[in-house]
Amino acid sequence: MKTKRPSRETLLRFYREMQRIRQFDLKAAELFTQGRMAGNIHTCVGQEATAVGACQALEPTDFITATHRGHGHCLAKGGQAAVMMAELFGKATGYCKGKGGSMHIADLGLGILGANGIVGAGIPIAAGSALASKIKGSREVTLAFFGDGASNEGVFHEALNMASAWRLPVIFLCENNKYGVSVCIDRVTNIADIADRATAYDIPGIVVDGNDVLAVFEAVSAAAARARAGEGPTLIEAKTYRHRGHYEGDPQIYKPADEAAGWKERDPIALLRAAVLALDPGAAAELEEIETSVRREIEDAVAFATESPYPEPGEVVRDVYAADNERSVVR
Amino acid sequence: MKTITYGQAISEALREELLRDQNVFILGEDMAVMGSVFGLTKGFLEEFGANRVIDTPISEAGFTAMAVGAALRGLRPVVEIMYVDFTPVCFDAIANQAAKMRYMTGGQASVPLVLRCPGGAGRRNAGQHSQSLEALFTHIPGLKVIAPSTPADMKGLLKTAIRDDDPVVCIEHKLLYATKGEVPDGDHLVPLGKADIKRPGRDITIVAWSRQVHSALEAAQTLAGEGIDAEVLDLRSLVPLDWETLAASIRKTHRAVIVHEAVKRGGYGGELAAQIGEDLFDSLDAPVKRVAGLNVVAPFSPALEDFIYPNPGDIAAAVRQTLGR
Ligand SMILES: Cc1ncc(C[n+]2csc(CCOP(=O)(O)OP(=O)(O)O)c2C)c(N)n1
Repeated sequence: MKTKRPSRETLLRFYREMQRIRQFDLKAAELFTQGRMAGNIHTCVGQEATAVGACQALEPTDFITATHRGHGHCLAKGGQAAVMMAELFGKATGYCKGKGGSMHIADLGLGILGANGIVGAGIPIAAGSALASKIKGSREVTLAFFGDGASNEGVFHEALNMASAWRLPVIFLCENNKYGVSVCIDRVTNIADIADRATAYDIPGIVVDGNDVLAVFEAVSAAAARARAGEGPTLIEAKTYRHRGHYEGDPQIYKPADEAAGWKERDPIALLRAAVLALDPGAAAELEEIETSVRREIEDAVAFATESPYPEPGEVVRDVYAADNERSVVR
Repeated sequence: MKTITYGQAISEALREELLRDQNVFILGEDMAVMGSVFGLTKGFLEEFGANRVIDTPISEAGFTAMAVGAALRGLRPVVEIMYVDFTPVCFDAIANQAAKMRYMTGGQASVPLVLRCPGGAGRRNAGQHSQSLEALFTHIPGLKVIAPSTPADMKGLLKTAIRDDDPVVCIEHKLLYATKGEVPDGDHLVPLGKADIKRPGRDITIVAWSRQVHSALEAAQTLAGEGIDAEVLDLRSLVPLDWETLAASIRKTHRAVIVHEAVKRGGYGGELAAQIGEDLFDSLDAPVKRVAGLNVVAPFSPALEDFIYPNPGDIAAAVRQTLGR
């Protein structure tokens, strides 16, 4: 099924969403380096097109599972920058009341079933969400974001097999950014395209340019239509690149010197900007307006996170269990 | 009241909850067409359909994590792991996903999932099919753990577990499936976190769960003939723990022997002994004693297997020693 080319208005919307992710992550990296937040930050700078292209192809009632590199996934699915930033700061106003942090952001109301600190874990959880839709006879689609590294975990294969056998309404979206921490996918996988693994499960396996938001949007739209029609899962591999280190402070000694430059030219935000301007050379002012308004959103998010209170100490024993918490927590 | 087996109690609990709540479904290997390897779900496929009684591929890691995903969407999966020994294959789904979702999402997520795990030794199944791994689960905050010993407790606790909003691991002893007992009619429920005094006594408290409750009762019978009046406390639910009942019993008897089939080192008995030592030291007239499995891999040979887990004689001996007789 072929989707319509998005309108100028839609492209500008995509642009705004990609800017939100880029600016959020760059700001988070900056604050982390300044020692203003604890833990670890995995940015997705350079991968914004996959998050936005995929989530824009979904409906608000659809679900996603995100990864340890999940800020972009959560923002693209409608997450509020301020509430996310507060979570990164460990504040009571964060999505998880400061108990999850960067790697565990969830908003079940928005269909974000959670980022995950365990590589690959979101893949079967997404398939399970799709199983729930099948059992309920409802029409939601669930999309699992995961990396090339995660595609070598056993649960990737188990989930694809079951999703295929049961024709579950799920989309497996592999963001192949070439690396799992320091290890280039080429060194640990003897196939050029992870999408080829779909053959083993007799489902479509599609390779797309992960830096082209429209290509991702089209592929996910088609996969979602297929899922909703009861025809089962699709494996999509989006070829992209992680511009920054695996974590902030990663010296990236494992990347060839000239590699990043080539990918910088194919920066997804620059590509979309060029596409908008090709369509309408007069749109430059609008693009700048978007950038400015997103900058304000991110500044407000940081202010909100900074001003928010830390959780009360008593909060530490809450939500281990649904009820009779004291008894279960103490003994 | 009617008399049924422990296995039938599981079957009735599952069937009643499938009938009661459309959100309940069963997932696992050989659960549908075959009706489970222990015959617990025979006829369910015909009665409830393939959407609610699902035969999975042999993919414990995948389908247990899928149950977590389905639970996040409001369903109530009951997963069978054919033997508790296989749970290490899917421990990420249990320990990192199911157990932590509520907390790490700040209370947004609920994982109302039941993991049914046949466990225990005694069937000459050797090292990979004879373990008692409940201590692994009690160690993980966010999980609840039950280990019933009788058909009535099994049925009542399993039904409650299915209705519970947290992940519950239900340890079933394979040697108990055929044992019989009276089960109340109607919607019989046993709350989680309530221990049961299976035999009242004055002289010593024997704390046990699962199959060892029966060994403890046998030991108490023998000891009664010697003028020793042992109380047998069946924990039933390991997490949440019924500390009040346990503490009241020890304050009455001043002595405790803890019995479990799991290997002694790192077992839940050590945790209980520590809690008793910390909080009830002044009530104790003797050190708390543990009677537990040997720290060995379950051997195959019948001549060897019978040595590894406690028998009524071991329990009686431990009681006599604690009482200085
Ligand atoms: C099961 C598991 N193994 C290892 C890790 C440590 N780890 C965190 S991220 C990562 C790399 C993941 O690579 P990939 O899936 O390609 O995602 P990317 O970081 O490239 O987005 C590793 C090994 C983990 N969190 N979980």
